[in-house]
Amino acid sequence: MSKRRPYVRPMGGWWKKNPFYVEYMVHESTALFVAAYAITLLVGLVRLGQGEAAWNGWLEAMKSPLSIVAHLAFLVAIAYHAFTWFKLFPLTMPPIIVNGKKLEPEVVVGSGWTAAILAALALLGIVWRIAA
Amino acid sequence: MKTRKRSNAPIFWGLFGAGGMLAALFGPMLVFITGVAIPLGLLLPAGTMSYPKMLAFAQNFIGKGFIFAVISLFLWHAAHRIFHSLHEIGIHAGFGAKLLTYGVALIGTVVSAVVLLRVGF
Repeated sequence: MSKRRPYVRPMGGWWKKNPFYVEYMVHESTALFVAAYAITLLVGLVRLGQGEAAWNGWLEAMKSPLSIVAHLAFLVAIAYHAFTWFKLFPLTMPPIIVNGKKLEPEVVVGSGWTAAILAALALLGIVWRIAA
Repeated sequence: MKTRKRSNAPIFWGLFGAGGMLAALFGPMLVFITGVAIPLGLLLPAGTMSYPKMLAFAQNFIGKGFIFAVISLFLWHAAHRIFHSLHEIGIHAGFGAKLLTYGVALIGTVVSAVVLLRVGF
């Protein structure tokens, strides 16, 4: 075993030095909120499977101030995920060719955001329709 | 004949993409409905998420598929993204990191599938 200890440049907090990397870490960290929300839903599903009393307990827990605050945080984080998900499309997706011309990045991003808004409204409408 | 080992990366990347797309399209509204509007009694009719209604939704073929897709794909999306971001904060890809991310997604997928099959059709 060698006793030499070569210098290794410390990398801690590297991403704080450049706003571009800060944004990168912020949009990557939205995954923590997506995971937390999915686990909340999974617990709900398990409670649903256990019967009416268990399900009502879950609904009651969702009314706690802590849960409301957590869900507002999930809402902001996941909305930011949606915003960046489509904003990065020109970089993450193969170019779309229409009539032999590459579709402009603004068109791709704009269509993504429009689709997200329409999907959200459609979901609200469907839930309303089922519930009414 | 030489056998080549195929990479499993495209599978995880595909699940990441599908989950990310589903979360981008429906995530914010789902959070608003289940976590804000229903608990606070805003906007939607009372009893929208009552036990009979949710059970019927979970027993319906489309409802079942939607619940399964949302829970499992959100988990796989988050797992893949967190797994690769751990590297950025100095935790390098290894068995522990995989267990913590893909392991959780796998358990969540299996649990949701079992519950959805047991609530009946």
